[in-house]
Amino acid sequence: MSPSDVSTAPPSDTDIPCSSVQLTVNGTAQTLTVDNRTTLLDALREGLHLTGTKKGCDHGQCGACTVTVNGRRINSCLSLAVMHDGDDVTTIEGVGTPDALDPMQAAFVEHDGFQCGYCTPGQICSAKAVLEEIRQNVPSHVTKNLMETIPISETEIRERMSGNICRCGAYANILAAITQVAEGSA
Amino acid sequence: MKFTSPATETIFDTSTVVGKATHRVDGPLKVSGRAPYAYERHDVIDGQLVAYPLGATIAKGRILSIDTQHAKAAPGVHTIITTLEYDELPKDERNVASLFGGDKVVHYHQAIAAVVADSFEQARAAANLITVKYDIEQDLDFDLERQWQQRGTVEPVSATGDFAQAFQSAAKTLDREYRTPGHSHAMMEPHSTLAHWDGDALTIWTSNQMIAWNREALAVTLGLEEDNIRVDSPYIGGGFGSKLFLRSDAVLAALASKASGRPVKLALPRPFVMNNTTHRGETIQRIRIGTDAQGHITAIAHTAMSPTQPGGQGEQATDQTRQFYAGANRLIEHHPVEMFLPESNAMRAPGEASGLMALEIAMDEMAEVLDMDPVAFRALNDTQVDPENPKRTFSDRNFTRCLSEGARAFGWHDRPQTPASRRDGNWLIGMGMAGAYRGSPVLTSGARVRLQANGTVIVETDMTDIGTGSYTIIAQTAAEVMGLPVSAIDVRLGDSNFPRSAGSGGQFGAPSSTAGVYAACVKLREMIAQKLQMPEAELSFSDGAVHSAGEPQLIGTFATDAELVAEDKIEFGKFRSDDHIVSTFGAHFVELRVHALTGEIRLNRMLAVCDSGRILNPITARSQVIGGMVMGVGAAMMEEMAVDRTQGFFANHDLAGYEVPVHMDIPSQEVIFLDTLDPVATPMKAKGIGELGLCGVAAAVANAAYNATGVRLRDYPVTLEKLFPGLPKV
Repeated sequence: MSPSDVSTAPPSDTDIPCSSVQLTVNGTAQTLTVDNRTTLLDALREGLHLTGTKKGCDHGQCGACTVTVNGRRINSCLSLAVMHDGDDVTTIEGVGTPDALDPMQAAFVEHDGFQCGYCTPGQICSAKAVLEEIRQNVPSHVTKNLMETIPISETEIRERMSGNICRCGAYANILAAITQVAEGSA
Repeated sequence: MKFTSPATETIFDTSTVVGKATHRVDGPLKVSGRAPYAYERHDVIDGQLVAYPLGATIAKGRILSIDTQHAKAAPGVHTIITTLEYDELPKDERNVASLFGGDKVVHYHQAIAAVVADSFEQARAAANLITVKYDIEQDLDFDLERQWQQRGTVEPVSATGDFAQAFQSAAKTLDREYRTPGHSHAMMEPHSTLAHWDGDALTIWTSNQMIAWNREALAVTLGLEEDNIRVDSPYIGGGFGSKLFLRSDAVLAALASKASGRPVKLALPRPFVMNNTTHRGETIQRIRIGTDAQGHITAIAHTAMSPTQPGGQGEQATDQTRQFYAGANRLIEHHPVEMFLPESNAMRAPGEASGLMALEIAMDEMAEVLDMDPVAFRALNDTQVDPENPKRTFSDRNFTRCLSEGARAFGWHDRPQTPASRRDGNWLIGMGMAGAYRGSPVLTSGARVRLQANGTVIVETDMTDIGTGSYTIIAQTAAEVMGLPVSAIDVRLGDSNFPRSAGSGGQFGAPSSTAGVYAACVKLREMIAQKLQMPEAELSFSDGAVHSAGEPQLIGTFATDAELVAEDKIEFGKFRSDDHIVSTFGAHFVELRVHALTGEIRLNRMLAVCDSGRILNPITARSQVIGGMVMGVGAAMMEEMAVDRTQGFFANHDLAGYEVPVHMDIPSQEVIFLDTLDPVATPMKAKGIGELGLCGVAAAVANAAYNATGVRLRDYPVTLEKLFPGLPKV
C-alpha cells in the first residue's frame, strides 16, 4: 500500500488556516492538508472519499459516524482531523469488503440488522468495539459487579450500543447479529 | 397489464422464491459502506462545490434585506443565492408551503439563502456572516389548545345514521379527549442533493422516495421540461414520508449550481431538518362511543383538529375510524387549523398513526366501562363490510384472527385483571394491547426487464428502496416469473430514466412495484413464446431454462443476438375500490414495567400479529414490522416536537432534543404473519406492511402503562412525570 497526498479542497485563499496531518487509515499511510475546521468525519468522506462513514447529525447525537481511532470507537464528527496526527483510524471500508465480509458484517446481513443502511457502518464499527470493551472488562452503566468479569449479555450490548441510533428500528436484529458474533468467537 | 378482477390461481401460489426468506441483495454493499448515498457521489462528476443553507429565523413576515457583503468576501466563496433574487418559485401541487423565492416567510427555517464555496467549512462559515432584516408579523396564534376550545362546527367528513340520537340512547357511553404531539421523521440521512446542469438539462443525485413526483415538481418549480430533468436516487437513508416531495435541498442545489456554473451538493444540516422540512402534525381528538348492554357499538364519533399551512389538510387522524369497527350510527369530523408552523404533511401511516393512538385507548376505556376484556370487545365489533356503506365488503379481513392468535401467543389470559395489581419488587407490571388498521392503496407501476445472453435479467424501474427491501422483493419476483435464481437478477432502481413506478409511500410500494415487475416479466415470457411460436401458457420457466414439449432451452439463448427487452406496467381497475375496501389489519400486545418509586417505564416484550395478504419476503417484512413497532414506542414514550407557542417553531430541533428510541429502549419483539392471501389486492395477492407495524403500537404501550399503574394518560407521550402523581401509594 502506498502513501498518498490528498487535500479536502484546494484553499482558494491564503487566509484559510490549514494543517498537514498524517494518518494511517485502514492500514494505509495518508498525508492530508486540511482546513483546521475539518472534522475527522469530513476528512474521511470528502478528503479520502471514504464515504462508508456517515454523517447523520454532525453533532455527536446519532453515532452514524462511528470509527475506531487507535482501537477505541469515537464519533468522528466530534473531533477535528488536526487532532489525529499520527493516529491509526479504521473505518467500515477497513472492516471488510462485499466479497470478503467481516463476521460482524456477515451477521448483520444474516439477521437483517439494518434497513436503509445509513446507520449501519457506524453500528458495525460500534458493535465490534463493544465486544472488545466487554472482553477488556470495561464497565458500563448496567454493569452490576465491578469486581467480576463482565458477562456478554443482552443488557450490556443494548446499553453500550445505545449511542448508535437506527431510525428504521432494526435494534432487535442488530442485537441478534452481535450476539451471534460474540458467541461464535467466545 | 390491467388488473380488472380478483386474481385466480397464479404461479405465486406454488412459488419457490417469492414468499421465501431471502436475505437483502443489497446487504453486502450496505454493511461494507459501499452503497452510495446522495451526498457521496464523488464518482459521478468532477469539480463539485459545496453549498450551505440559511434559514429564516422568524415564523412569518417579510424579508427587508439580506446583506451578503461579508459572506461574499469570505475565503473560498464562489457565489451566494438569496431568496430576494428570485420571484416566489411556483409550487408543485404536492407542496403546501413555498420552498424558495420572494420576500415572504411563512415558517421558521424556511430556506432564504445558500452559500456556495469550495468546501463545507468555508460555506458554513460564510453563511454565518449573512445578516437578514425582517418585518415580523405579530400576534400569530400557534396554540392548538386555544383553537380547540374555540372551535366551531364543521361539515362532517362523513355522517351515517343518527349519531346524536344513538349516543344519547346508548346503554353505555364514553366521551374522551386525547392529545398527540407533532412527530419528526428523523430519518438518519438528512435531505441531500448533488445538482449538475448541462445547458438546460438538469441532473440531480438526491435522496427521494418518489422519483416521478420529484421530477414533476422540479419541472414546475424551476420551469423546466420534464424531459430535461434526470433524478437519480439509488440508495436512500430513510424517509418515512419526509422525502416524498421535492424539498429545499434539491431546489437550492439546482439554483446554486446554475448560479455557480459548477456541480453543487448540499445536505440539510440536522438542526435545519425539523423546521425546514415536513412533520406529522399534532392533534387534539375527541372520541365518543356508545354501546348496547352487550357491548355492540351503536354509535361512534371521532372529531380531530390539526394545524396546517394554508392549503394543507393537517394530520387526518379520523381516517381509520370510518371503517375499523362496526356501528350503525357514525360521525367523523376534521378541523384543519391554519397555522404558520412548518409544513405538516405525511409521515409513516399518515392519519392512522395518530388516530389509532387515540382510538385504541378509547377502545380500552370503553371495554373497561363495559367490564369486558379489551380483546373480546374488539372482536365483538369486527365488521366484514364498510360500516358507512355495507354494499362494499372488505376484500380479505382477518382482524379477529389477529386478536385471538395474538392473545394466545402472548399469554393474554395472564393479564392483571385489575390495574396496578401486579408487582415484582419495585416494579409494577402491566399488559396492554391495541388493534391495528391501515389501508392498502396501490398505484400504477412500471418496469423494464432485459434478458441477457448469459441468462441473467436486468430489472429497471424508478421504484425506490428506502430500507423497505425493494431491491430484494423485486429480484424475487423476477426470479420467480423467469425461473431463475435471485442471483441471476440485477435490480436497478431510483433513476428517472427507468419506467415510472409507484415509488415508496403509503405502504403502496411493495404490492404495486412487484406487480409491475410481474407484468413486465409476463411480457418477456410472451416474447420468448413468440420466438418459439408457441402459446405462452404451454411454456414453463424453471432452472434457467424454458420448457416446452421439446428439449428445454437455456433462457439466455433467446438473447444471443441481442438482449430481449420487455416493458409493461400494472394498472389497477376500479373494482378494487368500488366494490371493496382493501386494508391491512393487526393486533399489538405489550408487557411493560413501571418503577413504583420513580415512574420509569421499561418495556418487557412486544408482539405484533399482522394480516397483510401474501408476505413477499418474511425477512424484510418482519424488519418493516419491528421497525414500525420501534417508531410506535417512540410515539408512546418520548417523541414530541416541542412547539414554541409564542415564536412559532419547533424548539427541540436535533436528535438530542427530539428523542427517538435507542437500543436500550427496545425489548424482545415477536412478529406473527397470518398466512392470508388477498386476491383483490394485486395479481400477487399481496398488500402493504410497512406502515401497519406502527399503527396502534403507541396505544398498546399506553394501555399497558394504565394496566400497570392505574394511571390513565390521554396526552402523549406517556412519560414518568405524568405517571408519577397518580402512582399507587408505596
